[in-house]
Amino acid sequence: MKIVDIVATAFRNAFRSRLRTSLTVLAIFIGAFTLSLTNGLGTGINQYIDDTVASVGVDDVMTVTKTNEDEPADGGPAEYDPNQIEADGPPGTTTSALTDDDIETIAGIDGVLSVQPAKSVLADYVQYDDGTKYQLSISQFVPGMKVELASGEQVDLDAGDPQLVLPESYLEPLELGSAADAVGQTVVLAVTDATGEQVTTEATVVGVAEPGVITMGGAIPNDVLTEELYDLQTNGAPESETTRYAQASVSFDVDAGEEEAAALKDRLADAGYTGSTLEDQLGTITAVIDAIVLVLNGFAVIALVAAGIGIVNTLFMAVQERTREVGLMKAMGLSSARVFSLFSIEAVVIGLVGSALGVLAAIGVGQLVGSVSGDLLTDLPGLTLIAFEPVTVVAVVLGVMAIAFLAGTLPALRAARQDPISSLRYE
Amino acid sequence: MREAADVVSPLLSVSNLHKTYGSGPSAFEALKGLDLDIAEGESMAIIGKSGSGKSTLMHLLALLDRPTSGTITLDGTDTSRLSAKQLNQTRNSAFGFVFQQFFLNAQASVLDNVTLPLKIAGVSRRERTARGMAALAQLELDDKAGNKANDLSGGQKQRVVIARALINQPRVIFADEPTGNLDTATGTVVEDILFDLNQRQGINLVVVTHDEDLASRCDRSIYIRDGLIAAPAGVAA
Repeated sequence: MKIVDIVATAFRNAFRSRLRTSLTVLAIFIGAFTLSLTNGLGTGINQYIDDTVASVGVDDVMTVTKTNEDEPADGGPAEYDPNQIEADGPPGTTTSALTDDDIETIAGIDGVLSVQPAKSVLADYVQYDDGTKYQLSISQFVPGMKVELASGEQVDLDAGDPQLVLPESYLEPLELGSAADAVGQTVVLAVTDATGEQVTTEATVVGVAEPGVITMGGAIPNDVLTEELYDLQTNGAPESETTRYAQASVSFDVDAGEEEAAALKDRLADAGYTGSTLEDQLGTITAVIDAIVLVLNGFAVIALVAAGIGIVNTLFMAVQERTREVGLMKAMGLSSARVFSLFSIEAVVIGLVGSALGVLAAIGVGQLVGSVSGDLLTDLPGLTLIAFEPVTVVAVVLGVMAIAFLAGTLPALRAARQDPISSLRYE
Repeated sequence: MREAADVVSPLLSVSNLHKTYGSGPSAFEALKGLDLDIAEGESMAIIGKSGSGKSTLMHLLALLDRPTSGTITLDGTDTSRLSAKQLNQTRNSAFGFVFQQFFLNAQASVLDNVTLPLKIAGVSRRERTARGMAALAQLELDDKAGNKANDLSGGQKQRVVIARALINQPRVIFADEPTGNLDTATGTVVEDILFDLNQRQGINLVVVTHDEDLASRCDRSIYIRDGLIAAPAGVAA
């Protein structure tokens, strides 16, 4: 018997007892539907986090701070360190400052491709065309930083002129018009230098950022603009002040793999620094979501296993019903292996139909939920609550087919072992 | 011993055939050392009461089962040496089966039922259809090809079964009570078809029956009693 004929026959056989097969398909459908939805939920949320990560920086950059060695292990108060400065994090968080010496040390560590001190800049206001002045926070510079843009381009890291990407929310107050209009305009930025004098500089708006969770509210400067603002800000300050940085960005070779990244962290730790990648910083969130999705998937898989038992049952009945047919085909020379494949493919067909329908229904529901959640979760723009990756969808279908095949083996074996004579005996 | 020098070497030859079912004290010896030759083109009836071993003999001859001891030679080949695959191929290509019960797939079309052996043999769909239609035409059933097997009368169903047995152009047709489920008139038609095939196409007939009339139309009848041939050579007219 040809493979094509076996598959065609198995397909036809699967729907000979329509009601029975439909019920089994329904059970598979429910399992596959649930699994696809929970997977989709995980994919959607993680995709959103990934997008957010991309808006913070790139994956080949490590943020390095000086390890606070004075911090007692028992969680008690740390001794005062005159070298501490304010750091990112909750108000009051301090960290030991990095000096130019530290930067040189870090640059010398094996695996560090380049190091750049993060120069924190505080702008007083932003102004366009002599209009009203508005407060503006300048995001900490991270090389390769990307944001979702409403218009324009990301800042050019190598550009010689000062550029920045403005958040969309500034367009109206600054009377810049639409996002497209704003691109190419020049705005005035003011900082207060160390002597208390307010000085201004100009920068070109190259892009307009869509609101996102992490970059919300901040403007993203390019290298030249940061330098310029920093120089203006530190003008007149003693040198010890101008060469103290809260953190530094270290770029490393991300292709070298996770082990190499971990080794680099170890080497940094040995030198007295703490390095953390973006994954480290957002990893906890992703891990929690993954764990929740895993538990939900577990329930869906339980449903699928129950459905698999339904397949076993359905096929045992089919084998029972077709005892004589199987006996006749074996008498006519059909090998046991072919009988086995006839029934196991029938099981796979049931799995295929059930999972394909389940996945399609899940995608449909995902679209529906997506349009509803867009209205409900306006604070999280760009979030697709349930997203589907082709690979996962195909994996669900193939996985269900594999479960169905396993479920089918038992009945198929029984059919394959049938003795043609006792199957045909009627005396 | 049979030599190659024999004028007509038998198609099927059986010697000292034993078949025991079960083991130990509950063992049942269905065949107790039976010898039989079936010549090429011969029609033969196997007659006997229930439990005489006649069905067992037919199953062994049709290579559906293996004997406990003794040899079955088909066309000079000792069938005990054939692999499971070769046995399957032999049954598929050399034998046709007609049973008392029709064993038709009620939901499938008449054509699909008839071409089942070809499908098993791996023949392409186009050729299956062509040969199936030819076999149905031979039995004057070509106008029913698209009907479901369930919608046919008993006589028509048995003709479909014969068409199915014929489709592989077999050398032997094994018929187990072929007319048992039919009324006399239809039974006679089916018998006519079988003997016509035997005479015109030289297909061997091995018929297991209770029916003396049917047996008498065969070239030869053997009576099985208690696992042995009781009345040899009941040669018919």
